[in-house]
Amino acid sequence: MSEQAPDTVGRGLAEDARNRVRFEEEALSHADQVYQVARHLAGSKEEAEELMQETYARAFRSWRSYTKGTNIRAWLLRILTNINIDQGRRKQRRPPERSLEEGDYSLYDRLEQTSGDGSAGDEERLLQRLSQSDIVDALAALPHDFRDVLVLVDLGEFSYQETAQILSVPIGTVMSRLHRARRLLKQSLASSLGGER
Amino acid sequence: MNEAPCPKCESLLQLYLDGELNESEAREAEAHLDGCGYCRRQYRFERAFRAYLRKTLCEEPMSAELKVKLTALRSDASPGDCL
Repeated sequence: MSEQAPDTVGRGLAEDARNRVRFEEEALSHADQVYQVARHLAGSKEEAEELMQETYARAFRSWRSYTKGTNIRAWLLRILTNINIDQGRRKQRRPPERSLEEGDYSLYDRLEQTSGDGSAGDEERLLQRLSQSDIVDALAALPHDFRDVLVLVDLGEFSYQETAQILSVPIGTVMSRLHRARRLLKQSLASSLGGER
Repeated sequence: MNEAPCPKCESLLQLYLDGELNESEAREAEAHLDGCGYCRRQYRFERAFRAYLRKTLCEEPMSAELKVKLTALRSDASPGDCL
């Protein structure tokens, strides 16, 4: 076994420290985007903030396990989803038993049927009738397995493959959960329009 | 609704909107959209819906306090732990 010269060891330590600083800076530069996803994976703003702190603490400790050049946002969210699951914060919720056979576009039809203000055909105007609280509530009411996939794909803008890796599930599971999540979300939002005219 | 529901809508449109089709599949989807009024209408709505969802749900920024807390974790973290 050969011993390294002290200056070689010193250079190695300095390089290690620089790599660590670079990693931390890069991880922090993605914090806003990670938070946008965390906010809706967690049940509340407070939980999201706790999750973020636990995630970054673990990420900073584990920085050597990150492979430089790979998707750091996906890596951080993998840690975050693992913590979220490990801590058992998520209450299991059974998928609603209502039929999913109804077309995927019932929300569009419902918005048009109840528009009555000449906004039919104008998608952006129709959608503005859905309030932020309607959408937040409908998303929060989804079974968590479905919500996780929808949040990662639609808010996090991850590919199916990246989402599968973050959640450690097969890509086919991502596709089927996403399909059901979108249907359920739209059905729920269509119901929230109720008898509104 | 003027046009009848089309069975190709959901599978093809969702994958197309998610950017999950390869080049030739995307061309097939675009050709389908050109010839199917029902799908075109749904495509416009679905695209607007996703944009609205993102805009509505991502408008609450991370608090300045949380940013400070995350930055402070840098100096406190100890090396050598694993995932």
